[in-house]
Amino acid sequence: MSTVKLTVNGKAVSVDVEDRTLLVHLLRENLNLTGTHVGCDTSQCGACVVHVDGRAVKSCTMLAGQAAGSNVTTIEGLAKGDELHPMQAAFRDNHGLQCGYCTPGMIMSAVDIVHRHGGKLDEETVRHELEGNICRCTGYHNIVKAVLDAAGRMKVAQAAE
Amino acid sequence: MGVEGIGARVVRKEDRRFITGQGRYVDDVKMVGMSYAHFIRSPHAHAKVKGINSTEAMKMPGVIAVLTGQQIVDDKVGNLICGWAITSKDGSPMKMGAWPAMAPETVRFVGQAVAVVIAETKNQAKDAAEAVVVDYEELPAAADVRAAIKSGAPQLHPEAPGNIVYDWHIGDEAAVGDAFSKAANVVTLELTNNRLVPNAMEPRAAVAHYDQAEEHYTLYTTSQNPHVARLVLSAFYNIAPEHKLRVIAPDVGGGFGSKIYIYPEEMVALWASKKVNRPVKWTGDRSEAFLTDAHGRDHVSKAEMAFDKDNKILGLRVKTHANFGAYMSLFSSAVPTYLYATLLSGQYVIPAIYAEVIGVYTNTTPVDAYRGAGRPEASYLLERMMETAARQLKVDPTELRKKNFINQFPYQTPVIMAYDIGDFHASIDAAMKAIDYAGFPARKAKAKANGKLRGIGVSCYIEACGIAPSKAVGSLGAGVGLWESAEIRVNPVGTIEVLTGSHSHGQGHETTFCQIIAERLGVPISQVSIVHGDTDKVQFGMGTYGSRSIAVGGAAIVKAMEKVEAKAKKIAAHALEASESDIVIENGEFKVTGTDKAIALPMVALAAYTAHNLPDGMEPGLKETAFYDPTNFTFPAGAYICELEVDPGTGKTSFVNFVAADDFGRLINPMIVEGQVHGGLAQGIGQALLEGVVYDDTGQLVTASFMDYTMPRADDLPSFQLSHTTTLCPGNPLGVKGCGEAGAIGASAAVINAITDAIGNNKLEMPATPDRVWHAIHG
Repeated sequence: MSTVKLTVNGKAVSVDVEDRTLLVHLLRENLNLTGTHVGCDTSQCGACVVHVDGRAVKSCTMLAGQAAGSNVTTIEGLAKGDELHPMQAAFRDNHGLQCGYCTPGMIMSAVDIVHRHGGKLDEETVRHELEGNICRCTGYHNIVKAVLDAAGRMKVAQAAE
Repeated sequence: MGVEGIGARVVRKEDRRFITGQGRYVDDVKMVGMSYAHFIRSPHAHAKVKGINSTEAMKMPGVIAVLTGQQIVDDKVGNLICGWAITSKDGSPMKMGAWPAMAPETVRFVGQAVAVVIAETKNQAKDAAEAVVVDYEELPAAADVRAAIKSGAPQLHPEAPGNIVYDWHIGDEAAVGDAFSKAANVVTLELTNNRLVPNAMEPRAAVAHYDQAEEHYTLYTTSQNPHVARLVLSAFYNIAPEHKLRVIAPDVGGGFGSKIYIYPEEMVALWASKKVNRPVKWTGDRSEAFLTDAHGRDHVSKAEMAFDKDNKILGLRVKTHANFGAYMSLFSSAVPTYLYATLLSGQYVIPAIYAEVIGVYTNTTPVDAYRGAGRPEASYLLERMMETAARQLKVDPTELRKKNFINQFPYQTPVIMAYDIGDFHASIDAAMKAIDYAGFPARKAKAKANGKLRGIGVSCYIEACGIAPSKAVGSLGAGVGLWESAEIRVNPVGTIEVLTGSHSHGQGHETTFCQIIAERLGVPISQVSIVHGDTDKVQFGMGTYGSRSIAVGGAAIVKAMEKVEAKAKKIAAHALEASESDIVIENGEFKVTGTDKAIALPMVALAAYTAHNLPDGMEPGLKETAFYDPTNFTFPAGAYICELEVDPGTGKTSFVNFVAADDFGRLINPMIVEGQVHGGLAQGIGQALLEGVVYDDTGQLVTASFMDYTMPRADDLPSFQLSHTTTLCPGNPLGVKGCGEAGAIGASAAVINAITDAIGNNKLEMPATPDRVWHAIHG
């Protein structure tokens, strides 16, 4: 057992976990942040994507101990209170989700994609960048629309700030 | 249509919890004192279980119990059932071997559970499972249909000689023989419908709790039909009596058919919760999903079609071998029979059809309904046949289809189905226009100049949804009725709860069903809640599969609403001192027509519950239930056209355009309908290009992870161009047909027709990987 100290959604936490514990299990089992999902066991599906120090990471591929001292944002920490993040709003407005299981990871990846491309995105780039997130419901059509829509909204929001 | 009524593109009510990480799936459920289950699974496709030694495992930290298949037998837990009895040609019933929840003596596929460890933590259960020693005696295995039906093949079940479950047929063999004897042309086709893994993104899971004081069980489970699960767990598996068992299917992360069935793991979790007197959680991982979720498709077929000199179809003869895997899953027997062969008329006038279906056991994961269930197999066969025939007869494939379309409705096919309505010309014309079919030759020539092979492929599907009526399916062997129920509760303050037996696992019922209420009462959808997925809340229900939720579940809601409205009108008329026949409902009010007298719904509801001033003899309250049994299937149909390019150097396929023109009858929420089509198309295209289960000769699953089984990803798919043509279904009060499976049913033939058109070689199996396509081009 080790004690892992990290910041999750802006809150400092200290958690005792077995050394083999993955970050996703620390979030789900120890912190009850069950919005981050596990959809596979080979780091392929992306349902577990969170932000670690601002970068999208598959939390099933990182030991909890490796996240010590990091700043982790999960889907639960993305909205500002009742105000949805533009990516969350765009997924809802474009019907970018059905069963909702892949959605948290998809949204966290998508936010990172927009950050990295500075709002200069086209359909082909979005599709290529989403390669690490699997959705079985939507056929990706509306997810791609949502990401492009959100990229526009985030640009506007950034300009306003 | 109001802003939130029928036909409105309302954003989904359920979305907020999903996009903020507050969905509640089974694995999110925690209980005080919860223990964890981990299954010990066979590494062999076929073996005798000689012994299980758990002595060392029991000494490991946190281990509560190691339970085995023999204990399941000793506790008289029932074997898994198959719910649809099929009779062979010779009149004999289908031949089924026993399927215990954990194997006490013989394992018949890789991944079959033989024992389970229950421990304080998930890791402790996994660690201890490593220490359980199972002594297997390996037996030879039959890993596919061709191997299983050979003489001398390993035999799976003594009840099924030759590994044959049934040898079934439908149609008129003599009439087909006659048609072929008169034929000017005969077209033949042999094809495989590749086996798929459904792969809903949420793996299956169960949390079971036994309350000793109340002798009551609760099971949270990833189910598309919790009431059916409760019925089967009690009536057939004897684990808990129905009135002492609550089954809850909370948010469920996709199903596609794979979560219809009551699997061994859910049974064992429930049984074990009493055994160890602790709540038990089991959450499958993806590897377990690959090994144990019911797979889909897996047909090997030979088809022949007879044409007269004018290219009119005279007859169709089909012989199909269907792979069932090692055991008969819940609805497996119906899939290649009544959900497949009955759709072999497609959109065409085919005067004579004869189909034989041989169901075969193999040492593989059981196969059952997966999105479309039988209908994709029928559609793929028929639409590949039409394209093959057009090429052989040297006519345009759209012209050949149009020449043979059914134009008069109702239309009785030679294979049971009676199509109520449709307009197949409208959908193919819409699709041809959308893709600029006429301009294709010029585009093909241009692509050729760029070194690319361009192809176009058509697929005109029809499906049968909302499987019903119960009496008819009962006469064909179904073990259940296929109606749906709804209860409408108008609360004293005028808010409304709709309790439905349908279950939403991505379909958006919490929005669509509210729109039906909004349309009828003129109230905002925020005033309406949909309650589903809990047997303690909802009266009963058959669940969601076969695109039945709106056509059957939605119709049940309408029937219950009619009763609520009738009573509310009586109350309103009494309060307004008007005649009941003069009351109309508008914008949430009950009005006396032609006057300004009105009473709002909350006042009517309050009057119903205070009961101070009700008509003489009326019972208080405003709550009604309806059980709706349809009069027929519904028949969604449409036309898909795919245009793509093949790189002859690599065999890689790239989409140029994919258009879909569907007729689903009335659309309640077009946005949600489009989403359903997108998802279905992705699964159909996945089958055509990417997905395919591979077993080696010993029955080991080679494609057992997302590293090996190619799931469609965002960069594998195009954006889709959708349109709708509409004929209203006459068989239900909403005029709806269902839209959940269409894409998966129609898409694969369009893709393969397009590739074979591009490369000029009709011999190509799914999935059409670059390797296969390259070899089809270059030999």
